[in-house]
This record gives sequence, C-alpha cells and structure tokens, in this order.
Amino acid sequence: MSQTATAAREPLLRIAKREGTTMPQKIAVRAIAILLALVVDALFIFFVTGLNPLSVYGVMWSGTFANMTRFSWMLRDLSTLLCVGIALAPAFKMRFWNCGGEGQILIGGLTAALIMVYQGNNLPLPLLFAAMALGSIAAGALWGFIPAWFKSRWNTNETLFTLMMNYVATSIVACMTNIMRGQASSLGTLNKATKAGWFPVIMGQRYTINIIVVIVLTFVMYAYLRFSKQGYEISVVGESENTARYAGINVRRVTVRTMLISGAICGLCGFLIVAGKDQTISTASANGRGFTAIIVAWLAKFNTFYMALISFLLVFLERGASEIASAYSLNEYAADIITGIILFFILGSEFFINYRVIPRGAHKEGK
Amino acid sequence: MAQNEYAVRLEHVTKTFGPVVANKDVSLGVRRGEILALLGENGSGKTTLMNMIAGIYFPDEGEIYVGDKAATIRSPRDALDLGIGMIHQHFKLVDVFSATENIALSMGSGEKFDLKKVHDKARAICEKYEFALDLDQKVYEMSVSQKQTLEIVKVLYRGADILILDEPTAVLTPQETEKLFSVIRNMKADGKAVIIITHKLHEVLSISDRVAILRKGEYVGDIATKDADEAKLTEMMVGEKVELNIERPEPVNPVKRLDIEHLTVRSAEGITVLDDASFPVYGGEILGIAGISGNGQKELLEAIAGLQPAESGASIEYYAPDAAAPVQLVGKSPKAIREAGIHLSFVPEDRLGMGLVGSMGMTDNMMLKSYGKGHSPIVDRKAPLALAETIKKELGVVTPDLNTPVSRLSGGNVQKVLVGRELAADPIVLMTAYAVRGLDINTSYTIYHLLNEQKKRGVAVIYVGEDLDVLLELCDRIVVLCGGKVNGILDGRKTTKEEVGLRMTNLVKEEQA
Amino acid sequence: MHSSLIAWIMRAIPFGTIIMYGALGETVTEKSGNLNLGVPGIMYLGGFAGFASAWAYENSAANPNGFVSILIALSCAILASMAGGLIYAFLTISLRANQNVTGLALTTFGMGVANFFGVFILNGASYSAAPIANKAFSAKIPVLSGLGDIGQVVFSYGFLVYAAILLAVVLHWFLTRTRAGLNLRAVGENPATADAAGINVTLYKYLSTCIGAGICGIGGLYYVLDYNQGIWATTGQIEALGWLAVALVIFTTWKPLNAIWGAYLFGMLYWLYQFLPSLLGITMASHITDLVQMLPYVVTIIVLIVVSMRKKKENQPPAHLGLAYFREER
Repeated sequence: MSQTATAAREPLLRIAKREGTTMPQKIAVRAIAILLALVVDALFIFFVTGLNPLSVYGVMWSGTFANMTRFSWMLRDLSTLLCVGIALAPAFKMRFWNCGGEGQILIGGLTAALIMVYQGNNLPLPLLFAAMALGSIAAGALWGFIPAWFKSRWNTNETLFTLMMNYVATSIVACMTNIMRGQASSLGTLNKATKAGWFPVIMGQRYTINIIVVIVLTFVMYAYLRFSKQGYEISVVGESENTARYAGINVRRVTVRTMLISGAICGLCGFLIVAGKDQTISTASANGRGFTAIIVAWLAKFNTFYMALISFLLVFLERGASEIASAYSLNEYAADIITGIILFFILGSEFFINYRVIPRGAHKEGK
Repeated sequence: MAQNEYAVRLEHVTKTFGPVVANKDVSLGVRRGEILALLGENGSGKTTLMNMIAGIYFPDEGEIYVGDKAATIRSPRDALDLGIGMIHQHFKLVDVFSATENIALSMGSGEKFDLKKVHDKARAICEKYEFALDLDQKVYEMSVSQKQTLEIVKVLYRGADILILDEPTAVLTPQETEKLFSVIRNMKADGKAVIIITHKLHEVLSISDRVAILRKGEYVGDIATKDADEAKLTEMMVGEKVELNIERPEPVNPVKRLDIEHLTVRSAEGITVLDDASFPVYGGEILGIAGISGNGQKELLEAIAGLQPAESGASIEYYAPDAAAPVQLVGKSPKAIREAGIHLSFVPEDRLGMGLVGSMGMTDNMMLKSYGKGHSPIVDRKAPLALAETIKKELGVVTPDLNTPVSRLSGGNVQKVLVGRELAADPIVLMTAYAVRGLDINTSYTIYHLLNEQKKRGVAVIYVGEDLDVLLELCDRIVVLCGGKVNGILDGRKTTKEEVGLRMTNLVKEEQA
Repeated sequence: MHSSLIAWIMRAIPFGTIIMYGALGETVTEKSGNLNLGVPGIMYLGGFAGFASAWAYENSAANPNGFVSILIALSCAILASMAGGLIYAFLTISLRANQNVTGLALTTFGMGVANFFGVFILNGASYSAAPIANKAFSAKIPVLSGLGDIGQVVFSYGFLVYAAILLAVVLHWFLTRTRAGLNLRAVGENPATADAAGINVTLYKYLSTCIGAGICGIGGLYYVLDYNQGIWATTGQIEALGWLAVALVIFTTWKPLNAIWGAYLFGMLYWLYQFLPSLLGITMASHITDLVQMLPYVVTIIVLIVVSMRKKKENQPPAHLGLAYFREER
C-alpha cells in the first residue's frame, strides 16, 4: 500500500479539534502546565540569583503560611482580586471585553473616599457606610455603563473604550486627591483621628468584612450566572447574538444591564479597598488588579469557585515573591516575572485541551 | 495521448471531522480538456473533497496525484503552485480591497508587484470575456454577481490548469450563467481540466463531459454526459428512483392565518432583498417557498418572526383561531409576538448560529424561548428537562447526555432537537427554512412526517426548501421567489418541476396569480 | 508667550516620538489581526534591554564610544522586544490562546523583567547609569539646531525622532505599495481569503507580531536613553505610555502617516497642563492640571465613537482583529 509514502510527505505536525476531553484529562493538562512553569521559574531563580530554588520555594510558602498575620494578608489580597474577578465574570461571559476594571474600581473607591472625608463627621455610622457603598456602586456602574451604551448603540469597540476609561478615572482621582490633600505632600490615611468610615476590627482584623462580602459575592455571582434568568440571557448573548435575537432577548438591554452590574461590583470593590484595606485613595489603589482579574475570570471559565482557586495561586505567588524579596534582598518585581511565566504556561495549556496534535505518520487511532 | 491523461486524480481519499465522515475512500479524476461535473445532494461531501485538492483540508488517508506524480498539497499555496485554482462557494475576497488589489493577492510570486500592470492585465481579461467589472471598485460595494465575476477573473488572471468551481451559478442570472459557461468551454478548448459542482441538472447536462456522483461522502460512480439524462442522474444521486412517496393529505378546512401584503425588506447594506411580496398563508396546509438560495427566503421568514424590520407600507396580519380581529405583526419584536399569545414557531436555516446555543446541552436549549415565563428571577429547569427527555425519546436523538453541548451532536440530531422544541411550543404557524438540509434520508422523512402531523392539526406550515422534488410532493401551494419578488403562486398538485424551475430563474411579468 | 509655545512643542515632540514608535509597531501587529495588549510590557523590555546593554558596555569597554553604544543599545532593545513579541505570537498563533489575556500577561511579565533587573543595575542610585549612550542618543543635529526658533523646534532632537517619521513613511509605503504589505493587510482582514490565495498566514502573523514588537521596543529605548536622560526609573510611566500608544493606533485609524501628527498632537495635549497657564497668562490650580492630563484619552474615546458611528469601511479596525485562525475550522 502507499501508506508509507503518504506518511513521508505529510506535514510534520497536523492539528485537529479534540472532542470530549474528560475532566481528569483537563486537570492533568493544567497541573502539568503549572509544574512546568514552576520548573522554569526555578531555573530563572537559580540562574539569576544562584539560590537554591527549593529553599526559595520554601520561603515563598512561608509568605502565606508562616503565621496568622501572613495568612490573613493573603486572604485580604485574595478577596480583593477575587472581587474584581467576580465583577468581570458576567461581562466576559457575555463576550464583552471589560478591560476597564481598573477605572471602575478607582472611581468607586474615590466616591467612597469623598463621602468618607466630607460626610464622615455628619452622618451616623450605619448611614455613612450605606452612603459610601451606594455611592461607589453607582459610580462604578456609571463607568461600566458609558462604554456599554456606545457598544450597544454603535458597536463601538469596548476593549479599547474601557481601556481609555481607566485613564480618565486615573486623572479624576489624581485631581480629587490633589484637592483633598490641600497643601500636604500626600493624602495619607483618611479620617485618621475619627476613623469614620473605617471598617470595624472584627476577630482582630480590619478586613474581616471584606472577606465576608467577597465570600457572599462568590456564591451570589455563581448562582446568578448559573441559575438566574438574567444569567441565562448572558450565556445566550455571549454565545451568539443572532440566537439571542431569535430567542427574543433584547441584546442591547442585556449588554447595558450586565455592564452596569460589572461596573457596580468593581465600584463596590473600590469601596472595600478604601474602607476595609487602605483607608485612603490614590491612583495606585487598583494596582493592576483590573487587568489581573481578567486573566483570573478567563482562566476559570467564569466559574467563581475556580476563580477563587486561581486568585489564590496568584496571590500566593505575589506574597511569596515579596517574601523572597525581603529574605534575599531582591526586589518585589520578581513576583511579576514568576506570575507572568505561570500565566503563559496556563494559557498555552488550553490548546492541549481543545486540540490534538497529530505527528507525521501517525493515524488518527494513534491519539 | 495527453488528452486522456488525468490532470488530477484522487485515490482512496478519506476525511473525517470529529465523528463525522465527510469523505470515505473516494477515488476519482479529471482529464485535461474535460469538464467534470461533481454531483451530489447537500452534505454529500463534494465541497470537502474539492477543498482537499485546493489545499484547504488535508486528507486523513489517501493520495492525490497531479499529472502522474503523487502530490502533497499542504496549503492553498501548494495547490496554486501546482496550477490548481478553486472558486469557492463563499467568496474568498477582502472586503476593503478594490477588485485590482484582490486580483493582485493571488498573483504568482515570480511576477513583479505592480498594481497598474495588474489592473491593465485584468482589464484585458475582462474585455476578452466581456465581463462588466469596475476594477477600482471596493468589494464591499459590489453585488453578489459582481463578486462572482471577480472570483472568475482572479482565476483567469492566474491562469490555472485545473479549475474547480463550487456552485458558481447559485447567485447568477441565466445570462450570466451562459457567459460563465462559454468561458469554461473556452478553457476546456485550451486543454484545461475543469471540475464544476452544481445542483442544477440541466446545467450539468449542458456543460459537462462526464458526471461523477457522490452520495453521503462515498463515490457512487461516473457516467458520460451524453449517456445521461436527468432521471438517470437523480437516480444515481439519491440511490433509488425519485419516487419520494411523501405523504400529502388533503388540506382540511383551510382558514387564513397570515395575510402578507406589500412586504419589502432591505438588507443592512440597503439592498432590497425582498420586494413587495404579497400572499396569504392558510392553516391546515403546507405552503412551499421555492427559489434559488438568497432570493429573499431568509428575509421573508425573519420578517414574519420579527427579526427583520420591514419597509413602510408592509403588513403582516395574523388571524388567531379564536379572535375576530387580526393582529399586525409588522413592528413587533419576537418577544412582543410571543407575549401577544401568538404561537409562532420558527426553524431557522442556521441551526447552531440562530436556532440553538451550541455550547449548551439539550435541556438548556429547550428553554431558549420559554425561559422568561413567570415572575421568578430563577430559571425553572424542571419543565425543560422533561421536554428534553421526551424529545430525546420520541425523535430518537442520539446524545450521550442531556447536558452535552448540542454542537457536538451530528447534524441530524441537532435538527431533531431544534424541530422538537419548536413543535412542542404548540404552534399555530410553523416556519421552517431548509429543514432537511444535510440530513440523511431517514431523518428527512421523519421531518416530513412531523410537518404533515402539524398540517393535520390545522397548523399553517411554511416550508422553505431547495429540493424541487420534495417541494412538489410535500406542499399544497408553492410560492416561487425570484429576485426577491413573488414570481407566481402554484398549486403543488398540478404544477411541474419545469414550471417551478422556470419561475425560479425567469421573472414572469404578466400574471401574478 | 512665544517662548513657552516653543518650549511646549519641544516637549511634545519627544513625548510623541515615544508613543509613535509604540503605535507604529502595534499598527504592524494589528494589521495581521493580532491585538497585542502587551505593548506596555514590550516597551519595558525594549527600554530595559537598551539601557542595560548600554550600561554594560560603558562599564566594561576601555574606551566607550557613542556610536557603538547606539548600535549595541538599539539592537539589544529590538531583539529583547522581539523576544517578547515571539512569546505572544507563539501563544496566540500556534497555541491559539486568547489574544487579550495573553497580551495582558505579557504586560505583567515585561514590566516584571524590566523592573526586576533594572533595580539590580541601578542599585539604589538615581543618576544616569549610561551617560555616553544618553549623549549619543540625544545629540542634536549640528549647525541646523542653532538656527533660531526653527532650529530649536525642528532640528534639536536626537536622531530617533527623525527615524520615527521616516519609519511612518516607510510603513505607509510598505502597506499600500508592496506585495508583502497587501498580503499582510489581507491576513488581518480575512485570513481564510489570504490562505486561499496562497499566503502563508501563520508566517505573516509571526513576522508582523515580532517586527511590530521590535518597533514598539524602540519606543521604550527612546524613553529611557533620550527622553528620560538615561535614567532607569521604575515608575509606571512606560506603562501609561504603552496604553497611550494603543490609543494612538485607534486615533490614527490604523494608518501610519496619521501617526506622525497624531503622536505630536497627543504630546501637545499631554503637556497642555504645563504650558496652558503661561500661554493664556493665567495660573492654574495643580488639581486642574491633573484633570487636563486625561485629554489624550478623551480625544481617543471621541475618535473611537465617531469612527464607529460613521461606519466608514476604510477606518475600521482590521476585520479579523482579535481572532485566531484555524484553517480546518468548520
């Protein structure tokens, strides 16, 4: 037969769609990806610093698990990142590229800070918190609404629009903090004396409320996307606008509504950062989480519980890297490198879940 | 001697897409100076087979020979270098480029890049074959037939030795078709090998030297055109004599359900796709819509379903079984139609891109139109689950699980899911677009049977189809569309295939029945 | 007032040059259908590699020479940013990873690499670590730069300013007049068509992504060795500039020639806050200057909206932007 002749002239590698990858296979592929990334990271650590990678990983481990304080810091950072991820999930599930989490957080945080500063002494505490929460939610929702409205009306590219909105928000925050600080060189902690608008310390921690709110949001968003009618609409719109129109779904309304929700939760996250974590606002308050959370939401396929896992991984790395930094007098940017490498591997591994590579000569039975 | 050599030959070629076998062990060839017609029903694997010659797909098994040498065609580049040119059914043109720029894209790498020269050479080709083509026009401003012409000029420009045309006449007028055929005959006289895919038997008989037939991805055989006639070809294509024997009960007590008046629909580009259509639709009958695809069928159904805006002056009145006054459907969204209590079911042409959500399982697809019922913010998955189970059982849907994404199912099963859901909605009016496209004979008959069941229940069924034999045996009345206009309403029992075919291609001015 | 106008232009042009490189590189990349949001990361990589190589050269060579320093810094910057582009290309083109997510990861990675090693080199100092390279890169055109106002406004910049203009013109010519340019545009508009025409889609995507990244990297290099006087600063400014470059691509509606005036306009808008008060003879509160800084972004948003409203085909992004291509997709 001419089979051997065929095999010799086939392309070196061919790619075909893979059908029905099983759950254990998916987990295995991702686990291998993370392991490989850790090996590459280890090589990087070794060649750059000459340190023993294993002991470095040991130090990283202690960055999260050395003691309760470390662990609670990890939880604080995890909850912040996860909160943004939860906010972005509905938008991304709708295939709306909300790259504006950063700006939505900032504008929400700013609103909370303004209310905190200018109404902190006038309002009774419960009312103050309510005003801060509502204000930041409304501000974040507005920041989500603007690009969504233009998208629904004229199909304006939302990736670029939301990206630009980040810098508009940054300017506004710079302007307002400038006003608030007056003659001082920096804004510093807000309401330092009265602590008005600070979340109370519960169980020895100021960010207990943050953690609780995010846990609740994790469950609520999971249920919203999975069980609610609106969540169903989001899935349909994300899959195909034509199908959505056929089903009688008002695509414009769903687009705008979903972005209102997405922006609102980002705004709320800004509130949590100001009231529960930093007690101040600056242009760096969001600290890139609006972008990192995109990766979190995407990799988790919008499942909020997977998102918690991935957030944990990233925060663990970040905290670990800063631990290395102080232990070996390196600098904290090592965290970005390590995180970047892990993300590259996870992103690349998706390919092996969706496609199979057929080497030359092998026929389809051979995997 | 050279005349008898194969220009290109396939040997034992097999190609699969996941679980779907598109081509199984196909061997066929075309000689120099020969026009080979490739015939087969929709979904019989003709395009896939040709795409392997053109380098779009790579065969899983088998060999392709060009001349007498085995060739490895990894990419369209390889195909072009071997002198193989293909005109695809879906135009391969860059919208924002001018005609000249599109032609320049496919020019050989040996030629010096000079747009002006390309323009001049292309103009010479246009003049030689009397094509009316503005070479500076942007493709997005062109009509479909202009685009088709451009595709042909592209291939002529490159000067391919082996030319493959995939349904080139689907969007052409008879005059344009004739012009194309004379070009093809010229190429044949030059000693080139031509493969043409078409569904139109009279074209096959008039243009080809030999006909090769595919059925369900397998090679059935070939026949010299001079020994063939329509009956013989159809027999080879379908595998048995075209006694379809579709049941057609007499309409019982037809009542008017829809009254369509002066319906005009424009596409997003502003082209009038459906032009002043008027006809009534009755309950208890199957109304066929015949026409070459792209002549307003899609827009007609979508306008009724509320998915396409109609131009002013249009009226679509719906007569409910129990109410006296008709309801105007024009200007109503799909949701508004549903909320007005109108049971309108629609099986669209694009099953996975419109009728179903590919990434969802059967259960979630069942509630696509009904998920909003009730005031609870939570979706109720109990009823859809029960419905999915019923449909799976009654229509014999093959799926591993009710939550398996429907995009993973085979074409026939996808259609069963879609039709099953639409029928379960208890329709008063049921619209189907190309309901049996790509389905096997058994599933097709299941669908015909289901439609007849609905007809007997008194439902007004609109059946947009492409197979004239089916239309003639299934439908009570047939509306023929041509150029977006209603070109006659015929009695399905009395009319002939010729009559319908004629009206599909030639506008009849005088009598609008 | 006259002098402050000149000062303003002299601020705007170097600023515009940084983002012009970023925008030109990203235009090349996007023309192939790849939306690379890793521009800030790539600019960091380019800036860092150029800076580090110049520093290493100056500290190891016995007799460091400006011209050699330029060659070394430029080639290292281009190679490093092309490596960044290659990571993105491999993940999105070969492994079909999502473009936006991969780009963002690349931004994180590039920033991390550049700042991690940058801090090493600086070792706490804040002076110019590469004075010779800085001098070579920022050398003004002799004689001409002395010709009064014109000389100042037009001829008093480092050579990379003029190279950027030249590059924009060359890219315009490349995209509209050459076969490879036509093929590249076809790949970004309709890869299936390009493929059927025998164009190697994968190769074009790889090359344009890597070359585009290389051009972006020059922007980072220019920022560090000329604009920022050879000082490596770990502030987030390169990131902001990277996003501004992405904005500029939209502003130019994917046309390199527009990038020339667009970049300078962005520069003028960016520095408006510093020169507006003296031009108008008013004093402006510092918080207003913070607000004025949003102008380039607001202008981009407006352009984005207007372009989407007018729907003119020629001004739209490449039709296949952001999508992966798989020939056997059905």
